[in-house]
Amino acid sequence: MELQTLSYLVVGATFALYLGIAFWARAGSTKDFYVAGGGVHPVANGMATAADWMSAASFISMAGMISFMGYGGSVFLMGWTGGYVILAMLLAPYLRKYGKFTVPEFIGDRFYSRTARVVAVICLILCSVTYVIGQMKGVGVAFSRFLEVEYATGLLIGMIIVFFYAVLGGMKGITYTQIAQYCVLILAYTIPAIFISLQLTGNPIPQLGLGSTISGTDTYMLDRLDMVVTDLGFNRYSTDVRLSTLNMFAYTMSLMIGTAGLPHVIIRFFTVPKVKDARSSAGWALVFIAILYTTAPAVGAMARLNLMQTIEPTPGEYLVYDERPQWFKNWEKTGLLAYEDKNGDGLVQYSADPATNDMVKIDNDIMVLANPEIAQLPNWVIALVAAGGLAAALSTAAGLLLAISSAISHDLLKGMIAPDISERQELNASRVAMALAIVGAGYLGLNPPGFAAGTVALAFGLAASSIFPALMMGIFSSRVNKEGAIAGMVAGIGITLFYVFQHKGIMFIPGTEFLGSMQPNWFMGIEPNAFGVVGAIVNFAVAYGVSMVTAEPPQSVRDLVEHIRIPAGAGDAGGH
Amino acid sequence: MSPLTEQQAKEYWRRNVSLMVKLMVIWFVVSFGCGILLFDLLNQVQIGGYKLGFWFAQQGSIYVFVVLIFYYAKKMAALDREFGVEED
Repeated sequence: MELQTLSYLVVGATFALYLGIAFWARAGSTKDFYVAGGGVHPVANGMATAADWMSAASFISMAGMISFMGYGGSVFLMGWTGGYVILAMLLAPYLRKYGKFTVPEFIGDRFYSRTARVVAVICLILCSVTYVIGQMKGVGVAFSRFLEVEYATGLLIGMIIVFFYAVLGGMKGITYTQIAQYCVLILAYTIPAIFISLQLTGNPIPQLGLGSTISGTDTYMLDRLDMVVTDLGFNRYSTDVRLSTLNMFAYTMSLMIGTAGLPHVIIRFFTVPKVKDARSSAGWALVFIAILYTTAPAVGAMARLNLMQTIEPTPGEYLVYDERPQWFKNWEKTGLLAYEDKNGDGLVQYSADPATNDMVKIDNDIMVLANPEIAQLPNWVIALVAAGGLAAALSTAAGLLLAISSAISHDLLKGMIAPDISERQELNASRVAMALAIVGAGYLGLNPPGFAAGTVALAFGLAASSIFPALMMGIFSSRVNKEGAIAGMVAGIGITLFYVFQHKGIMFIPGTEFLGSMQPNWFMGIEPNAFGVVGAIVNFAVAYGVSMVTAEPPQSVRDLVEHIRIPAGAGDAGGH
Repeated sequence: MSPLTEQQAKEYWRRNVSLMVKLMVIWFVVSFGCGILLFDLLNQVQIGGYKLGFWFAQQGSIYVFVVLIFYYAKKMAALDREFGVEED
């Protein structure tokens, strides 16, 4: 069958499935809407969390980033998984025990302050909005590349689908569609990986293939890759450190604590019935995430080797441009690949030296998107990759939109502006907030402001430097008080934004960088995306310092801290 | 109200924290230790096609993370039972 028709069929079938689930899992109460009724099985919640977590960036971009960064790409692999250990041990069980609906609600109660709650809402909206723009772009891009519809039309279709299940079902609808989306995305990711590993190394398990020899030879795949890339002047794949050891350390730590502080991930643990389930559910989430995350480095390395060998089959013998394969032509059309014959010999020379390199553009995303074509896999696999990319982007967008809309309807409206509204009114308000959030996110996806490019990385820095320390101190200290927490959050997020804007411009607007006479990465050689951990340290230090010189928290707050540490009597989420 | 006396509650929390600290040390060692700080040293060991430091950074640390969480969940469930604070 034609690839085009097949893609429409596969994507259409998955969308029909999501809508069917949306209709079946409608929300009847605010508890359904915010925490899916609080009765989701820990394994099911783990699967939904995995889909919620793995975004367009994980699915489409990560393997490509590893492909070109080699060992340096490990920061994403360790950073985006290690955070779950922190979540499982340091945050999720206690926040589940506390048993309310939102992250700012905990911060507001623990620090007995409306101001603290408002600051937390602002931090939450800042990181969730920056994150959701990336997903909306992912939806538009996946549609336009695979189904050849306009970017804007694709985005609109995506918005309508999310609108249906998120507005109707809230967290309940989102949870059950995310389970379906996980199945779609993991199949779409692993099937091509298995094929490629089999072709290249004869081992069907990519995690083992990466450490195997190339079929028919006794050269290890990674050694061959190291040799091929260093011959062309690139850094050695398996030892290519990103900037410095300290920078890799800071980057990994920022992504870990950012993961643990992202509200859309934390609220997933409010949906399980018990504290015990919150602990094991984090383990299941990581199992489902690890399937993709341990496959990604194999995809990255194998795709890089395939690409290099297509361009230069044997050393010194280059691909003739006019004889380039079909996938090369297809992806040139999208602008993700670009060729410029610098020496006019009609051959494709690819090297690290910009003066002789003919491959002027190889986009990271190619490594996953074009991978099945490069490996000459059947059309249905390519169609599946399209559905997988869309599932990844939609599931993450829905989780983020829920975090944003519940902060608006529950924390701002019910918590502050109109505490007297009935449950029915709050449910309606949360639906309106969700609808507005979707329209807002769609608008930003269509007209990405200057800051669209670096946004996802920024979201981690913001969560790491504001929400994570506040939650940690709220659980592990009964001495940190409202003055300390507020000052800490403001200082942490403030210094992180300052460092990022200094490098990348105010609100990422080009030309507004203000490094002055300072070198880039002036703070100990740490790049802006890795700065969240420094912001977090500032947050902790300021919060403790200010708390020590101001009044102790009242007895009721110290009782609350004791209360959340013991699982018994968790009650339902939302029970007071 | 908590079903535990103040003394018991302290003891429960102390044992939770001590388990947590042990596991967080392992968490740190496999990722930041083996994957980053000791990377060059461990790379002198080769397992199949993997250099050991590289394996920890791109595979091993993730497997260990999964094991750590389930181990913690299991141990804490036992601790909850011991103190009679498990939920019904």
